[in-house]
Amino acid sequence: MSEQAPVSLITGASRGIGRATAMALAKAGHELILVARDAAALKQVQMECQALGALVSIHTVDLTDRDAVTALFRQLHTELQNKGLSNLVHCAGQMQDSLLTMTRLADVDQLLALNVTATVQLCQLASKLMVRHKAGHLLLLSSKVAESGSAGQAVYAASKGAVSSLVKSLAKELGPTGIRVNAVAPGFIETDLTAHYNEDKRQQLTAQISLRRLGQANEVAAVIQFLCSNDARYITGHILAVDGGFSL
Amino acid sequence: MSNDLIQTNTAKLTAAFATALVVADTQIHDDLAYNSIKEWDSTAHMLLIAELENVFDVMLDTDDIIDMSSVAQAKAILGKYGVAF
Repeated sequence: MSEQAPVSLITGASRGIGRATAMALAKAGHELILVARDAAALKQVQMECQALGALVSIHTVDLTDRDAVTALFRQLHTELQNKGLSNLVHCAGQMQDSLLTMTRLADVDQLLALNVTATVQLCQLASKLMVRHKAGHLLLLSSKVAESGSAGQAVYAASKGAVSSLVKSLAKELGPTGIRVNAVAPGFIETDLTAHYNEDKRQQLTAQISLRRLGQANEVAAVIQFLCSNDARYITGHILAVDGGFSL
Repeated sequence: MSNDLIQTNTAKLTAAFATALVVADTQIHDDLAYNSIKEWDSTAHMLLIAELENVFDVMLDTDDIIDMSSVAQAKAILGKYGVAF
């Protein structure tokens, strides 16, 4: 691993889009800091990325535990020393399917704690590591439903709408310090978050997708890899749909 | 706390401010406050926090970052993290 290898922190790295992103960035020569709650699954991803030649550290953290997140960044502050954090790829998130009248406010709090508050805290702490090098990239996960809305997913859509707004505002605020901020907005991707959809729902959704098929996590990861690359160095404040034409 | 260490920390603080705000060392004094000169704007403030954290190897709490509105305040806040002036 060369000393110039980009250093990328990926949350939600144990499965789905986070795992696929870890694999893609490992192949691209990034040094990886992987974060998730599931220690066993995270260890497995670590081994798979190491087999691709990547230097990988893993951290089992619940991102809704603010003190634990702060402690993680204190550790990174020490461990990275003069090396910059190149990318924060924040994939961890929670989906909630419930009609408005059947949505418990406690569940709203829990969803916002992960999808919004934890996102803000991660951006705060990661940008502080980046600003001293006047370079870095915050890559967040929004969703197709942030723009279009989705019956039965109002709170989830609202939380992802908050992420999209955060991206645009932070791109303006952090741009002068050399930090880019972008998001991808996946459509219907086959991951654990959508595994509970039945066949009827899948067919109904597929019919609305221009490419007439569901997306795969590695197809989102490929776009994330591009946005984290030097080829995307003049792109900031962008929310890139990866949805097979679902949003058309 | 030895005088040498205090002098070193004061010199490091002055250098950190001068680097982050891109001004001469001679412009750094206790009364210098956020937004009192054009060089200490919101962008420079972000750079200043990063520079201070790096130079003194600390990680400042958000409340402390909000309160860090002058050089004198910076000294007082860094004191809470064991940095003597």
